[in-house]
Amino acid sequence: MIMIFGIPGPLLFGQLLLGLINGAFYAMLSLGLAVIFGMLNIINFAHGALFMMGAFASWMLLNYVGIGYFPALILAPLLVGIFGIILEKTVISRLYKLDHLYGLLLTFGLSLVIEGLFRNAYGSSGMPYRIPNILQGATNLGFMYMPNYRGWVVLAALVVCLSTWAIIEKTPLGATLRAATENAPLVQAFGVDVPRLITLTYGGGVALAAFAGVLAAPIYSVNPNMGTNFINTVFAVVVIGGMGSIMGSILTGFGLGVVEGLTKVFYPQASATVVFVVMVIVLLVRPRGLFGKAA
Amino acid sequence: MKLTRRSALTTAAAATVPLIRPARAQAAAIKIGILNDQSGPYTNTGGITSVICAKQALEDFGVSTKGMNVEIVAADHQNKPDLAVSITRQWFDRDGVDVLMDVPTSSVALAVQSVCREKNKVYLNVGAASSALTGAQCSPNFIHWVYDTYMLSKSTGGAMVKAGGDSWYFLTADYAFGKQLQDDTSTLIKAAGGKVLGSAPYPFPGTTDFSSFLVQAQSSGAKVLGLANAGGDTVNSIKQAHEFGLNNSMKLAALLMFITDVHALGLDTAGGLNLTESFYWDLNDKTRAFTNRVKPKTPNNWPNMIHAGCYSATLHYLKTVADMGAAEAKKDGVATVNRMKAIPVEDDCFGKSTIRADGRNMVPAYLFEVKTPAESKGPWDYYKLKVTTPGDEAYRPLADGHCAFIKA
Repeated sequence: MIMIFGIPGPLLFGQLLLGLINGAFYAMLSLGLAVIFGMLNIINFAHGALFMMGAFASWMLLNYVGIGYFPALILAPLLVGIFGIILEKTVISRLYKLDHLYGLLLTFGLSLVIEGLFRNAYGSSGMPYRIPNILQGATNLGFMYMPNYRGWVVLAALVVCLSTWAIIEKTPLGATLRAATENAPLVQAFGVDVPRLITLTYGGGVALAAFAGVLAAPIYSVNPNMGTNFINTVFAVVVIGGMGSIMGSILTGFGLGVVEGLTKVFYPQASATVVFVVMVIVLLVRPRGLFGKAA
Repeated sequence: MKLTRRSALTTAAAATVPLIRPARAQAAAIKIGILNDQSGPYTNTGGITSVICAKQALEDFGVSTKGMNVEIVAADHQNKPDLAVSITRQWFDRDGVDVLMDVPTSSVALAVQSVCREKNKVYLNVGAASSALTGAQCSPNFIHWVYDTYMLSKSTGGAMVKAGGDSWYFLTADYAFGKQLQDDTSTLIKAAGGKVLGSAPYPFPGTTDFSSFLVQAQSSGAKVLGLANAGGDTVNSIKQAHEFGLNNSMKLAALLMFITDVHALGLDTAGGLNLTESFYWDLNDKTRAFTNRVKPKTPNNWPNMIHAGCYSATLHYLKTVADMGAAEAKKDGVATVNRMKAIPVEDDCFGKSTIRADGRNMVPAYLFEVKTPAESKGPWDYYKLKVTTPGDEAYRPLADGHCAFIKA
């Protein structure tokens, strides 16, 4: 058997793959954050709560309406996205002219309120959500036993991340969006409804979080705190990748998933801290993040 | 003075205070402070249901008809030792709290131990697991009510080893509780001739993905995966163990699991697991009667052993206060605890038990098997009783605990 750093090769490959899977969640969540920050200049602390709402929406769709996993993958982000749009229209839009800190405080408060309401209604132990039948079971890859559902998560996350990147970087809509962030009054002068564009962008970012929430529902217990566990790491990912950089957040998400996965093999106690160690180092060397544009 | 809406409200509120607080000078007021997790991972295993059950004890004891004056206050310690210590100090110094109760999360439970001793108050721990509370960290002000890490490892771990699970790998929450549970179980496994092949201590709280550790456990070749964790972590790790097919190659030992966790997992996944609790609502007529009394107040979260323990501890404390007089009980925590140890414990939830000199309440431990969906006949019908370990065999022998004040 091949040994790498005293660890059997197959085990190491397995861990790399698992790191990529966790990275998929980081990538999807940090992507939403990056989109929202890049376009709205809002540090959306409510992202974790909206991720949790996505998971709960799929649970509710199944238990109250009888709608299964695959329709929920579309419906739950849609519903939570609409909720996000209402949030943006009613409260968040009032803060665009103020310092970032206000948006951060507001969204942080919102996340506490949302989580509190869910905790009040559903408790904290969580709700069971089954893996859909077609994705049950696992495949033996030779070096590890790979649950089919996890494979699906990576695939779905990659497709969603890359298409979001393509929409923003490669389409006329994306071009307008980017232009609106650079110079909103000018774009408005060309007849583009910039406030609506911003609202829809926020809705889109929120829908990404909710989509990740639906993907997470069968793996993690669907509980009101599930977002809080992720959000700190995801913020670190965004900072490392460079605030507002789309591709940066995708690559960093997957990359840090791998780094975290490897730490779990060599020194498990540090696996929650390693991301922040990387963050400190990156900020020291490149204060704008790995993929951030120079000021 | 201009009358604003706010000042009008304040005046109105102030005016009602004397009405809702009638003078009760006849008996010294007893205050019970329930300190637990009311917003984090252990909310359902303790939380508000603990408060409801303690209040049920007030009702069942009939404090108002006996002319006693008892009040229950509650706070959320957020699983933070520093916060818990400051709340406890405030309760004792400013609010006149006499008894500290519940206090899950071993790190928190250990942190407030010295405060209770320093202030000479009564400390009835129900929610925390660490057996150090009656061992190296013991205190004459302290009683440990329904379970501890030693009892869990002996009951669940012992049954696993007996069934042939002689090699273990641990998935351990990296703090006081998880480490103690792993240590207690390892000692037992080794004593029975088994071996521990490895462990993955993961950061607590904040770990949601256990897949890396599960794959490591799988490749270790151990027969049993010991889960030295609790609450949401246990739920997540069992869920993910199933996903990775660990349940086909290894046996899962959930060393601490409550009925609330089984409810969260669903019987599809939890069915067949062995676990230990000292209370189950469907154990006998008395436990069913108790559950029927509290159920209307907590319909979505049926009582587990911690909730029942808060009921039992409150009831026994009230008996002791009635016996020695409220003024005496308020004066000296150690004397009250000693009196509690002298009086036999008896209630609907745990039957009869005694409290040992080191503060260990010797309630029996029940090893349950979780029913499969086909076996479950109704809501929360989850457990089959497999083995009962009587109280005097379930816990660590007194001499092995090395509790300092016992020798003195």
